[in-house]
Formats: sequence, structure tokens, C-alpha cells
Amino acid sequence: MKPAAFTYHAPGSVNDAVAVLGDVAAEGGRVLAGGQSLVPTMAFRLATPAHLVDINGIAELDRLAVDGGQLAIGACVRHAAFHQPVTDGRLGPLLSHVARHIGHYPIRQRGTFCGSLAQADPASEWCLVAATLDATVVAESGRGRREIAAADFILGAMTTALDEDELLIEARLPVPPEGTALGFVEFSRRAGDFALAMALAAYRLEDGAMTDVRLGIGGAEDRPRRIPEAEEALAGQAPEAQAFAAAAEAAAAAIDPMEDAQTDAAYRRDLVRALSQRALEAAAP
Amino acid sequence: MTAKTDITLTVNGRDYAVTVEPRRTLADAIREDCGQTGTHLGCEHGVCGTCTVLLDGQPVRSCLLFAVQCQGKSIRTVESLADGDDLHPLQEAFVKHHALQCGYCTPGFLMLAAGILENDPDINDADLREALSSNLCRCTGYANIVKAVRAAADDMKSG
Amino acid sequence: MDKVLGKPVERLEDGPLIRGRGRYAGDINFPHQLHMRMVRSPHAHALIKSVDTGEALALPGVFAVWTSADIAELGPVDFRADRASEILKPYRQPVLAKGRVRYVGDPVAAVFAEDPYTAEDAAELVAVDYEELPAITRADQEPGEFDDGLGTEAALLTHTFGDVEAGFAAAHTVIELDLLTGRHSGVPMETRGAIGVYDAAADVLELHGAAKVPHRNRDTLIGMLDLAPGQVHVYESHVGGGFGIRGELYPEDVLVLVAAKRLGRPVKWIEDRMEHLMCANQGREQRHLARIAVDEDGRILAMDDEIFHDQGGYVRTHGSNVANRTMCMLTGLYDVSAFRAVAHFRLTNKTPCATYRAPGRFESTYVREQLIDAIAAELGIDRVAVRRRNLIPADAFPYRLAFDEPHVADLEFDSGDYELLMDKALEAFGWKELQDTLARRREAGEMVGLGIGLFLEEGGRGPSDGARISVDSQGGVEVVTGGASLGQGFETAMAQICADALGVDYKRIRVIHGQTDRIPYGIGAHATRATVLTGGAVHATALTLRAKALDMAAELLQSPADALNIDDGVIGKRDDPGGPTMTLGEVAKRMAPGSKVLGDRPPGLWAEDFFNPAETVFPYGVHLAQVRVDPGTGGITVERFMVAYDVGRAVNPAMVEGQLVGGCLQGLGGALYEEFAYDERGQPLAVTLADYLLPTLGEAPEIECLITEDAPSPLNPLGIKSAGEGGINGVGAAIAGAVNEAIGIPGAVTRLPITPQRLKAILRAAGK
Repeated sequence: MKPAAFTYHAPGSVNDAVAVLGDVAAEGGRVLAGGQSLVPTMAFRLATPAHLVDINGIAELDRLAVDGGQLAIGACVRHAAFHQPVTDGRLGPLLSHVARHIGHYPIRQRGTFCGSLAQADPASEWCLVAATLDATVVAESGRGRREIAAADFILGAMTTALDEDELLIEARLPVPPEGTALGFVEFSRRAGDFALAMALAAYRLEDGAMTDVRLGIGGAEDRPRRIPEAEEALAGQAPEAQAFAAAAEAAAAAIDPMEDAQTDAAYRRDLVRALSQRALEAAAP
Repeated sequence: MTAKTDITLTVNGRDYAVTVEPRRTLADAIREDCGQTGTHLGCEHGVCGTCTVLLDGQPVRSCLLFAVQCQGKSIRTVESLADGDDLHPLQEAFVKHHALQCGYCTPGFLMLAAGILENDPDINDADLREALSSNLCRCTGYANIVKAVRAAADDMKSG
Repeated sequence: MDKVLGKPVERLEDGPLIRGRGRYAGDINFPHQLHMRMVRSPHAHALIKSVDTGEALALPGVFAVWTSADIAELGPVDFRADRASEILKPYRQPVLAKGRVRYVGDPVAAVFAEDPYTAEDAAELVAVDYEELPAITRADQEPGEFDDGLGTEAALLTHTFGDVEAGFAAAHTVIELDLLTGRHSGVPMETRGAIGVYDAAADVLELHGAAKVPHRNRDTLIGMLDLAPGQVHVYESHVGGGFGIRGELYPEDVLVLVAAKRLGRPVKWIEDRMEHLMCANQGREQRHLARIAVDEDGRILAMDDEIFHDQGGYVRTHGSNVANRTMCMLTGLYDVSAFRAVAHFRLTNKTPCATYRAPGRFESTYVREQLIDAIAAELGIDRVAVRRRNLIPADAFPYRLAFDEPHVADLEFDSGDYELLMDKALEAFGWKELQDTLARRREAGEMVGLGIGLFLEEGGRGPSDGARISVDSQGGVEVVTGGASLGQGFETAMAQICADALGVDYKRIRVIHGQTDRIPYGIGAHATRATVLTGGAVHATALTLRAKALDMAAELLQSPADALNIDDGVIGKRDDPGGPTMTLGEVAKRMAPGSKVLGDRPPGLWAEDFFNPAETVFPYGVHLAQVRVDPGTGGITVERFMVAYDVGRAVNPAMVEGQLVGGCLQGLGGALYEEFAYDERGQPLAVTLADYLLPTLGEAPEIECLITEDAPSPLNPLGIKSAGEGGINGVGAAIAGAVNEAIGIPGAVTRLPITPQRLKAILRAAGK
């Protein structure tokens, strides 16, 4: 399990990184950030990039700051950066809670938020957060810089809208308005494993009724996404068990479950039902 | 085979000038090029934690890093823990609490625990268990490892 | 000086291990060594049409590439057990596949290169042309063809006694269960490794990285390589866990020796984790169609089990041992008068199987205890009461199981008080009080339940092991054994036994193991033999040596030998503390060759002796579990687990507890998480540690231990019964019973591991 040979590049700036990537992308160049997903696939030789462009030495990608109502997360910000709340209000604690579910402590010292988005694993917690809270990602290449909405960015299992010569330099997560209730739960076989399913719920209360409702599901379909059928079932309702149950049922019915040898569609629907309900309960103030 | 690069790795405070292919993992470089074989390989895909070392004070899987990425960084391995004949409190506690059997995972657990306790000397039991669930042991059932790390944490604070 | 036998003293092994100064297979290097990399089959079953090594050989740094044609003279890896079984011989594994591959991972070619990275590059360049054949992936499907004219049912094995038909004819109730134990394995944290060196000057082949049974592997190797015993030396260094699967002789072990000799350079092979999960021995996978006949009070009249044993692609070194151990331990600690087991010993196109910690016993306990639970549920009798009625009573020992088959050895259970241990365990667990507590929780809507598994273990089977102990001129003691250390604390245990018998500090004792050039014979460490057998030999030898030392000292101290004592290595008069003394080192000096005081004595302060136990010892235990099921996800939380085990006598209680707790968590792995699943084409689905789910600390409950010494074995002077496998044996049984009670469906769990997916399907089908 030794990786295949590659040529190593360690640019010192985003400009240099984008230039190198532009040169080597077509001949199998890949970006190396935390490496906690890419390097294992290289060890199995499932990935054999001819070039690695290591962005870990680019200081400008370490930025983590609230800017204009958005949390800006640079490409080299590690999962561990979220262990302590990074914002006031409920977003910071939610991200801390979510981060605890990503791999294990040493993995979180290296793996990055943006790397998770670029990897687009169906069971990625950060992909669920990005999809549910309508994050934006910023991609840069020799052809310029563009912003992509999370829903348009994650296209399927391990598939994104990123072009091969593009570097994902930042993700921007809207800070939910004050008073937003947030709840996250996931179910995995063991501590730190990829989740078999997860749910993230968000809503605000106006006159006792739920508004701006979001229910995102991850790990169950080929990509995390919001489930409109469930959100509609919740909008305007009081945050009570009956409404949660109806939404959970709607979510379970609405998904197009992934199946594998161990996990059939019926089980994924069961999980989505249970976890949707629990995420909504966890969000309740 | 691709062109090899000359790099300097700083392992346990000593500089090692080594010549490696870019694909050489940090774990292999520590073991084969720097001769520090206390760091073991258990899976080479980042799951078992047997190869855990401290990189600039943080516990990391050395099988998921390339040696070329680690120039200018401080690398600490199990060989750094004892000071001559004086064992590190974690090592003493592992012996006292029978926290090892075959010993293969032990260096990884020691470095994981060292990193955790250096970063958070007051860590609570729940967080400690969560952090120690990072590494695999097949012999002990973990109970004595938790006991040993907790005892060492208390010892290190009072000491 | 205080006695150390029976005390939880610190281990002798720990010093180097906690400093990172261990010497595991990967740490062993020789100048100019080559690195071997295997080319393995990507197909579960296929014919090899051609192998092209040209491109691989052309890669710079590649020294040689071998296929089966290069080792045509070399036979398959031979059995060390079941040697007599001619019918199994055609199913042995060739060192490199010849013409046909039979599991994904089957070695087809070997690359020898200057470094492991290059070797792996070259292995990818070996072009093998296969013609894929249909794969057999289940032992209970129609048998197929192993080879031309050779079926996949290698043997039909039976174990019987008593009149089974009459038992079933007289039954008040007959219970039938269809149960499956999933495929899992030891998966030690260190993968396998083998380093072959040829010392041309001495004409000796050295195999480093050995474990478990070095002497027996040496014996197999000299047979396969047609060499004399003195021409093959096998060396065990540190071993990162064994659990039954590490240290058996595998194709790679043979190949590094052949290559080292022929290529003229040392050859090193370190298995990677993916190879380990595809190629190292697996175990446990058996389907049981089990029946039990009982009277109206739940007393057992007869047991019957038809077993489909999934052996995988080849029969490895153990022959059919696991199926046989399953059958002979099925009735366990119950008094059963009629019994029949039939095992279909079948080859499939999956990784070969062999012994994994508590082989055949984890499986049979799961089946037996599920049958007992089913009797209780069917007759409306308490689970504990049914067990109590059927246990072999304390006054029935020695208790003999005599099988009808002439080739099946009888079993004689040496000693026990099974009911006493059950009662002690139930009391310590608070079983009675828990009935109410859990009933209240169930009323409140929780799914919680208790489970119980009673089991018998076996260990210390003979025939014989020896030891040699010597004292040097400084009083240092060296104990040379043919035992093996896989991390279980072998050195410490042997030193403790020797220390008390001889009268020295255990920390002054060096224990040698696993070195075939140091002692001609050795039993190794397998089937829970080490402490009983090698411990018995060390004890006997230490006593012989003590007598020798006292005999010499008696003359030098002018005192009868029986008035002398040895304490902390100092010999003095027992009833004269201020009197003359001399150290063991001084005695050793005075016994040097040519010494004038030797008289007729042979020179040197050393002794050699053997221990030849007549029979096997049978420790026994009780596992108790409390679980909670999450009805929404099917997730199972083990809230409590207790291992109660009568070890006869504990040499080191801390190490015994370590064995039990560690074994128990492995058992929980097999009961709840770990499974080598395959798809219908025989492709393995768990070839990474992200897919083969070893329990982490996050899944580990606090495991409570109740270690008792109520029934010391009469078969050895120390009363030891061994501890290695009691932690794992009953876990599947106890967890299955607890889950059944938690969900309120008797007999619901029919398959291990109980994954959340499977449990949720059970709940869904039951409308829960």
C-alpha cells in the first residue's frame, strides 16, 4: 500500500498554485490539502495523480472570519479549527458539534472544511452543512474567479462543479439570523465512521410558528441536500412532535436512497425518518 | 520511481538530512530513513492510528503525510518521551495499569495521549474518551488505556 | 521475599515496548535485502491462462519475478494438524497458484525488488490473463468442483454419542433453530511479516518474523524443503498480536526462504493491511441447523446439529480442526445423553479459514445457548432455571464425553462447579434486581434486555513441553522455553512461576521463547496451551534446578539440603537467619567445569525437564450482557457486560483480566460489528479498516470481570486452567439473548453480527 509516484509542487501563493494547477491539471494533477481522504485512496492506488499541488504552505488560505454576515472559511482551515465555537450565537456551537462527528481527533488536525466540499463524499458532514445553510464556494483558476452556490456545486457522489484546473479557495457560510434553531444528528456504525445517514434542521419562530425552515439530509442519497417536502410540512407549524413526525415521514418518503450490500433502501428511509425527527427535536430551543 | 528530493526532517529535536521520493510517507521516512522504528504501521490508510506522531505539537497519522510536506516542522515520536532512564508519566502509567499487551499500538496511543494532554491538560472524561477513540487496540479492550491516560493526566497536573 | 505467583506484578515485557524499542517483523532488516511483493488474484475463481512478467522485470530496481513455474518442485503448504487426513490433502494451498485461483487474494506471482515502493510498482505490471469461473460463496449452496474431479465438500465429519432418535421420539418439545455465525477474524494490529535469510557458511535458512508455533512450523518447513532440522532456524521476535491467526505457516513464509536461498540475498515481506484482510486466516462462518429435544421440565434428551462449514479457498495448516472443535464442544457444560453433529466441511471461493481465538467454541456456545433460551421461551420456564436443570453437577467430575467415532478423542472434563459460578455471576451482576429495573424501563418504552451465555473452554492439551533453566555466575537466571509470546505476557508468567519455585526475584529472570536454535522442542502458544503446558515445564524444571542448587549448597554450607531455603537468590538455613549464606551465583561459580567441589556432579547450575500432562483442562465461564436497542436506528448499545471465569488458578490476575477484557471486546466485535462480507461473485467487501469494523473505545462498554479459583485443575501441580479464550467464548450467545429480550421477540436473532440494518429489518417485519 505504497502510493504510486508523483511530482510534488508546493506553491507559496494562490496565484502560483493556480498557475501550477493550470499547467498540470490536464495530466492528472490534483490539489493536496489535508490529504485525509486523498492519501488513503493513493495508498490503495485507487488514485494515482501524476502531480500533487500542495496548498498547505499558502498562508492566505488559512483565513477564518465573519465577513458581511458570512463565515469565510479558507481552503486550509482544518476541521479542528471548529472544535471551539468560531462565531457568536448558535452557529459556532453547531459547527463544533458537527466537527466532533468528522473522523477522529488526529484526522481533524489535518483535514479541511473546503477539502471535504471538494471531495463531495455523500456522507460528508460539511457538505450537509453547506447544502442546508446555502453556502457559497469560491473557485479560482487561470481563467478567473467564480462563486458557486452549494446546491449547484455538489453534483453527486464525489462529483462537483469544480473544473480540474480550478482551486477551491474559500467557502462562505451565511450566519443564520439570531434566534435560528439548529439541530444536527447522525448515525454511524462506530465512533468516527462515515454516517449511514444524518440530518440537519434549522428554523426560526415567528408568533409560535416555524419559518425559514430547512431540513437537510446527508449520507442517504448520492449527495446531501435540503428536502423541500419536509420543509413544507413544517412551515407555519408549531415546533411540536406531531409536526416533526409528519416532516420526518415526508423526508423518508422523498429521498432516493443509496443502496449497498449492507444497507438497503428501506433501512435508509427508516434512518432518515428517525434522524429527521431527532434533528428537529435537537433544534427545539 | 521519480526524482528524489533532499530534505531535512526534524525528529525529536535532531535534524536528519534524507533523500526521498515525494511519495515516501512520513511514517516510512521516520522508520526507514531516520531509523526511529518505534512508530509502527498498522493500516497505511489512516484508520488505526498506530503511526500517530506529533507534528508541531498536534497528533497526526504519519501514514497520511508525505515526508516532503514536513520540512521545517517539529516531529515527535515515542522515542522522545522518556528522558534517559526516566519514563514519561504516560509510560509509567501504561506499565502500572497494564495498558498494553502486544505493544504494537502503544507508541501511537502514547503520542495521541501526549498530544491530547499537552493541548488540554484539564480535559474531561467524555472528551478524553472521544479523543482516545481515534486509535485501535486489539488486545486490551481499552479500559486500562483510559485508566492509564487519566492517571497520567492527574499526575502531570500535580507534578 | 514475597511470592509472586498469583500477584498482579508488572510485566517484564513492557520496558522496551513503551519506549518504542520493540523489534517487530517490520523492524528487522538485513544488509542487501530484497523486498517481496505478491501479485494476487482479483477474481474469486478463475483459470490462469497466462502470466507475463516481462514489463515488471524491465522496471529498474526489480531483481526477479516468480510464478508457480519457478517453484514447480515445491509442494503445497502442509498441515500441522490433521496430518493423517489423506482426504484433505488435495485441498492444500500451493505457495503460488497453479493454473487456477480460488479466492480474491490468492497469490499468483511474486516480485523481488530493491524497495517496497518499486516492488509494488512492478507487481502492478505483471499481466495475468484469467478466465473467470462461477464462484461458490456459501457453504450451504450446492457443492461444486474444487479441481478436476474433486468436489468442494472435502469431508463429511460426524461426532455422535447416545441414542439421538430415541431422545427425539420421547420429546415433550422439540426446538429447531437455523443459525449463522458471521465470518470474522483476529485482525491483530501488526500485519504478518516474514524475513528469509540464507547463511551459506552454516548452510542454514533463517525465518524471522515467526510467531505462535515456531517449532511446529520449523518441522513443516523441513518437510516441505527436504532439509534437516538443523538447517532451518525459526525466530520469533516481538509479535503485535496473534489471536490464533498470526504465526500459522502461510505461502509467503515458505517463499521468502526459497527466494533467499536461490536469489542469494535476504528477502523481506511485510503484509499490507489490505492483503491481511484478504489473505490471512479468517474464521467462524458456519450455518447450523440445530435441534434439541426436551422433556416437559426443559431437561435435554437429545441434541442434533447439521453444520455447513465455510472453509474458503483452501484447507490450511489446521485441517478440519475448527469444525471438529465446534462439534465436540457443542454440548458444553450440560449433561446431554444423546448427541449427533454432522459437519459439511466445504470449500468456497473466499479467503481460507482456520482457528481464531476460541475456535469452534464461540460458534458452538452461540448455538447451544440460543437453543437453551428457546426452550425457556417455548416452555415458559425461566432461562436460568432451564440452565440449572441441565448443568453437569459438581459431583460428576471427572465427567467423560465418549464419542462413537473411533478416531474422535474422548473428552474428560477435569473439575468444576458450574452452578456455583453461575450463581456467583448472577449475584455479582445483580441479575435478580435487574429483572424489575429493566421491566420498568420497558414499560416506559425502552428496548432493554439481558442475556446469558454459559460455556466451557479447553486448554493445556498435551502432549508435552520442556524447559531449560540455567543460573549464571552473577545469579542471573535464564529460562529457555519452546513457548511463544504474542503479547499475552508469556515472559512474565513464566518468570513468576520460576521465581517462586526457585526462590529468586522474577525481575532477574530472562525468558527465551520462539527460538528453534535454542531448544529442540517447543509447543508454542496455541489453543490456550502456553501457561499450562510451558508453565508446567518451567515449574518442574525450576524445582529440579532448586534441588540441584541445594544439593551443592548443602555440601558447601555444611548443612542438610532439606534445612536450606532459597530466598531472593540467597541460600541459607531456614531456621538460622543469621547463619552462613551463599548466593545462587556463587553456587553456579562453584559448579563451573573443573571445579574441585563438584564431586560426581555434572558441571553447571542448570536443569532441563519436561511436563507431560495426561489430559486437557477445561475452564468454564458465564457471560452476562445488558443491552439497549434504539428502535429508530436499530443501533445496539451494550450497557453492561460481565465475564465470570474460573481459571483454576490465576498466575497474574492483572494479565488474566487483561485477557478477558480484551477477548470480550473482540467478541463484541464479532457479535455486533465485524464481518468479512462478500458479494455474489466472491469479491470481498471488507478489505479496509474502514469497512471491517474493529471496535474502538467508543463502542467499548466497561467490562466487569469475576475471576474465580474454585476448581483448580487436578491435572497440573499449579492447578492452572488458562485464560486466553474465556473472554470471547460466550459473547455472541449473551448478546443475542439480550437483544432478543430487548426487542421482545424470542429467537429473533439468527445471525451474527447483529448489525443495525439486520435488526431494523427484524423490527420492521414485526411491526415494531
